[in-house]
Amino acid sequence: MRVAHTDSLPITTLRKIGAVVLFLSRILANAIPAMRKPGLIVRQIYNCGARSLVIIMLAGLFVGMVLGLQGFDLLQRFGSEDALGIAAALGLLKELGPVTTALLFAGRAGTSLTSEIGLMKATDQLTAMQMMAVDPVRHVIAPRFLGGFVALPLLAGVFSAIGLFGAQLIGISLMGVDQGAFWSQTQGAVGLEDVTEGIIKSVVFGAACSLVAVYEGYHAEATAEGVGLATTRTVVTSSVLVLLLDYMLTAAFLT
Amino acid sequence: MDSKKPNGSPAQAGDAVIEVRDVCFSVSGRKIFDGLNITARQGRISAIMGPSGTGKTTLLRLITGQIHAQRGEVCVWGENVAKMTRRELFALRRRMGMLFQNGALLTDLDVYENVAFPLRAHARLPESLVRHLVLTKLHAVGLRGAARLMPAELSGGMSRRVALARAIVMDPDILIYDEPFVGLDPISMGVIVRLIKQMNEALGITSIVVSHDVKELATIAHDVFLLSGGKVVANGSPAELRGSDIPEVRQFVGGLPDGPVPFHYPAPDYYTELLEDAP
Repeated sequence: MRVAHTDSLPITTLRKIGAVVLFLSRILANAIPAMRKPGLIVRQIYNCGARSLVIIMLAGLFVGMVLGLQGFDLLQRFGSEDALGIAAALGLLKELGPVTTALLFAGRAGTSLTSEIGLMKATDQLTAMQMMAVDPVRHVIAPRFLGGFVALPLLAGVFSAIGLFGAQLIGISLMGVDQGAFWSQTQGAVGLEDVTEGIIKSVVFGAACSLVAVYEGYHAEATAEGVGLATTRTVVTSSVLVLLLDYMLTAAFLT
Repeated sequence: MDSKKPNGSPAQAGDAVIEVRDVCFSVSGRKIFDGLNITARQGRISAIMGPSGTGKTTLLRLITGQIHAQRGEVCVWGENVAKMTRRELFALRRRMGMLFQNGALLTDLDVYENVAFPLRAHARLPESLVRHLVLTKLHAVGLRGAARLMPAELSGGMSRRVALARAIVMDPDILIYDEPFVGLDPISMGVIVRLIKQMNEALGITSIVVSHDVKELATIAHDVFLLSGGKVVANGSPAELRGSDIPEVRQFVGGLPDGPVPFHYPAPDYYTELLEDAP
């Protein structure tokens, strides 16, 4: 049998997807043992989550304020300024919160994870662990994956809350929307299913961004250039993946 | 003290512990080893020497099962490393200690935690015993006072000494040293040389040392293997190698630029290339 086009794009893509799935299965197989050392996971939640808080809060505030301005401008054309709260809350909870947080997470925490793991590889730290009969996937990769997986939904929650605060700041304090109408309409229109949709999206994005970051770091070429390229790939792949998954999830929720 | 083979029977002094048999290994079509044979024996210090690029570090990676030979076999206590399952390989590695060229300390842990790392990973010991063991090993390498420093705060030589403390903290049966003397000041080098010798004599550890330092190794090694061209060109005691007439041995021991081992990487004629017009 003639083996042809082994390096063609579809084959390469399939091979890469297969490698990522196998890597994910290794992580999941090591997730429970990794949880026996909760300190490692808590430290990663701190690294990925707490250290990203400032950028997430700032971004959330400004996105919310822009949403307030644009939303007010649009709604007043129809005489529905009071619905600003609903527009801002639904936009933030279902879309902007999870998506923007995931994009910022990929740029802040994802790159940090990839470069840290890549440098550990370049300086033989992962090999040293293997030589000490310690599986680096269990000790290094699984805690970082779990840390990112937990941190992203929490950050998305913070982003949405701060964003809503920014939107009401503009709507109520600057544009004069009635405070009672703003909050009562928001309370009445936003249901548990909307919050759940946002949570599910942020959980999926958390898994995707963390997986891409640790995969690229673990498979980075053990050179300075290799680590740099892996870090770039993390941002690009995570961002595209988040937007693609967002479309698929949104379509699934609307059908 | 005699260590035990995997089957539980005690290994006697002089028994073959590591056997590299007729190993061939290539990377990207370039032959690194072509019929390599080496035997490291129980309780002895075996020195692997040779010019740069002869595959000394690659040999260590073969012995520890990080890579596998394309032909031939590498056996540790009679078991073929390439045929071991992951579990068996990890069980073997628990009985090995390895000192990396650059130390390979875990950069997110301080010196104390680096040395304690294998103990915490494999032994459920009370914290007081972990502390005792870690401080004992750190004291042996002269860095007890640096226990709370981070790896970034250490010099290259200090990093290697901490890595050595970590390599011996589990009291391994085999210790593998990859260029242990590089970057050490004369005092530290003397301490490390004595430490390798003492551990070998007191604990009966089988040691494999990869190094260029002919003088230092000559004082501690029992067996020396000189690699060149993918094979062992000479082996024996340091005294035998010093008296050897083999051209490769004379060139290496004497540090001579001319001889069978070329100093220059293959290149076109020097003068012809210099006289060529620049592109």
